Amino acid sequence: MVLKVFFPSCCSSADSGILIGHWISQQSSAVVLAVLHFPFIPVQVRKYLSEVQRATQVSISVLGSWTNSKQEKEESLSQFLEDLGTLFSHELWIQISKEGDSKFWSCSALQKCCSQRKEEEIILVYYEQRQVMLCHLHPPLHIAASAEQGAADASKLAAIFDTVAKSKVLFMTDRYDEGPIKLTHWQSDGVEASIIVELLKQASVPACMLLTFLLSLVSWICRSRVLKFWPLCFFWSKLSTCEQLGHRLQHLQVIISNKKAQNQPQLMRKANIFVSLLLDVALGLLLMSWLYRKNRIGHLADTLIPVGDHVAEELQELLQWLMGAPAGLKMNRALDQVLGRFFLYHIHLWISYIHLLSPFIEMILWYVALSACLGLTVALCILSDIIALLTFHIYCFYVYGARLYCLKIYGLASLWRLFRGKKWNVLRQRVDSCSYDLDQLFIGTLLFTILLFLLPTTALYYLVFTLLRLLVVIVQGLLHLLVDLINSLPLYSLLLRLCRSYRLAAGVKFRVLEQQDGKPLRLLMQINPLSYGSVVQTYRLPTYSCYPKDSWASLCKKLFLGELIYPWKHKGEKQD
Amino acid sequence: MEERQYRSASGAPIALRRRQHSASCRELAVRCPRLQLRSLSAVTSTVWLAAYGLFALSENSMVLSAAIFITLVGLIIYLHFVKVDQESLLVIGSLGIQVTSSYASGKESTTFIEMSQVKDVVINEAIHMQKVIYYLCILLQDPGDPQGVSEVVPLFQSSKPRLDCLIELYKSCQEILEQGRTDPQVE
Repeated sequence: MVLKVFFPSCCSSADSGILIGHWISQQSSAVVLAVLHFPFIPVQVRKYLSEVQRATQVSISVLGSWTNSKQEKEESLSQFLEDLGTLFSHELWIQISKEGDSKFWSCSALQKCCSQRKEEEIILVYYEQRQVMLCHLHPPLHIAASAEQGAADASKLAAIFDTVAKSKVLFMTDRYDEGPIKLTHWQSDGVEASIIVELLKQASVPACMLLTFLLSLVSWICRSRVLKFWPLCFFWSKLSTCEQLGHRLQHLQVIISNKKAQNQPQLMRKANIFVSLLLDVALGLLLMSWLYRKNRIGHLADTLIPVGDHVAEELQELLQWLMGAPAGLKMNRALDQVLGRFFLYHIHLWISYIHLLSPFIEMILWYVALSACLGLTVALCILSDIIALLTFHIYCFYVYGARLYCLKIYGLASLWRLFRGKKWNVLRQRVDSCSYDLDQLFIGTLLFTILLFLLPTTALYYLVFTLLRLLVVIVQGLLHLLVDLINSLPLYSLLLRLCRSYRLAAGVKFRVLEQQDGKPLRLLMQINPLSYGSVVQTYRLPTYSCYPKDSWASLCKKLFLGELIYPWKHKGEKQD
Repeated sequence: MEERQYRSASGAPIALRRRQHSASCRELAVRCPRLQLRSLSAVTSTVWLAAYGLFALSENSMVLSAAIFITLVGLIIYLHFVKVDQESLLVIGSLGIQVTSSYASGKESTTFIEMSQVKDVVINEAIHMQKVIYYLCILLQDPGDPQGVSEVVPLFQSSKPRLDCLIELYKSCQEILEQGRTDPQVE
């Protein structure tokens, strides 16, 4: 098999020494992690390597020799380097030598057991050590989905990335250390660290403890029995604001927990939640500062009552139109008047309640708008709830109309079956034939005729109120969509993809460098970053709302039959 | 390195360039026909004439600026996302196959498939619009089933070379793949 040597580009100008790294025998690849310089004592080298092996769980060994000679190659030096191979217990001894400033290195492999040169081809692959170490390789989604078995040999490149990532301990010694081992790797010029990051780490511990205490207090209050009384808990479950607040509370608990993130997806999740919360609160504060300026709350409160009045007047006009001859259709006068007056009375009640509340609206709004400091999502949820409360009468009308229409449709269907001499068998869930008595048939036919001729009136009322309800549902749906977007967008991952694209990799790409005959093939391995779509798909934060599972066809069927539609169901809510 | 002229499935002239970097590494690049100035000016003038007609009807100068903006944005989107300049295949025996598409704006989109996932490279037939064309594709190995194929990756989709060019590509790929098959790990 072709021998592949992965060489870090930071070691290209290192002084002569021996190569330290990991040998993957199944792929015949040697991953060089560092260059150990002369002079060294073999016993100490072996001791150091076994220590590193224990710490990193990666079997690191001496792979070969590296010569960086500024003058002509000497014959005795090559013999010395070959003899070095006998000191270390590795099957294959790789010798790489660079002359002067030449780009083209000569590379040879010596098989120790039979002491002969291998005649096969050698490929030299350069890689950027720091980037490969920090990078997280994402397998393609269809492989990740079916990764029960065979995941180990699914990707050979993942093994190389793993090797470099796990060898962090090896990169901790730099050239200013006083020990007997002198290494060259990407951090050999000095370990990098940031004062700000260290200070933040120190400050985060007491901050987390304080926040944990506050959070436990808040959740104790939430869980207390006071809030569990029936009317209150019914309200909390209906208001989307409480849903959103609970969701954010959960997020906070995830961030301030003391356990360190085990693996990369957990770390990304924590970071995404943190950035999303930060953005949310920042946007909320922006909104607050805009609202509280120039008495905008007062203006809003002043326009709210007239808008409510206007909506009620429009509804009243609509009902008057329905009670007359809408669109030229002829309604059944008695039923029309009954339904119309019933709905008009409801609107009258609603207007009275709104007018009762009108002196307090401004104060209520002022205090409610304070909660926008908890986040823009909370403000949007409050807006959605206010819309729901203001259009509650439309919801009531829709339910009345739908129930009436539904009863009528089911009655018609069952009486139609009676017409044809059939019956619905509840036990067998099918239509069976049945012989009816004469008086049963007579009453059934009468009722059928009555229901049939009253159908247009009921259907029209149902249609009008369903359309109104759908309008309100669409507006609320758009607000919830926006809230979901802010909740689930992985902003930290997107920023990382934008600024440090080597951290999120979909794969690698190879570039063929200049070649020279007789020298090994030179390739440059670069990281192929993940596309933005895959970043969003992989790191999306889970949200609490599930989108309607009904297809359009079943939605139309429900509308036709008069069944009540609930466009979105929150997870854990019971179906009506 | 050699370059030969062929034709694509729709009759446009394309060029195939072969480079042998080493015994087990070969690069095959197919260059698509460039963007014609003729078609570009034809589309631009049609759009601008239509916009001018709308302006004459509505007397709103926003129509003209909107037309210019749309033309510019459309051109940028076309060059960056649609117009492929060159498609290349880099076959490195024992490492894998790399498929690159370079767009007219300079963007390059690369996919690397490891050799262990590659089952074979074959020429397939497909129904495209109203024609039946040949195309080169990579068959990916199904990890669970040694005889199965998990995915088919079509190559050279924008340039769509004809069968004579595809046969050259197929022969070049198979030479490298066979080296890998007949020379497994000896140790």
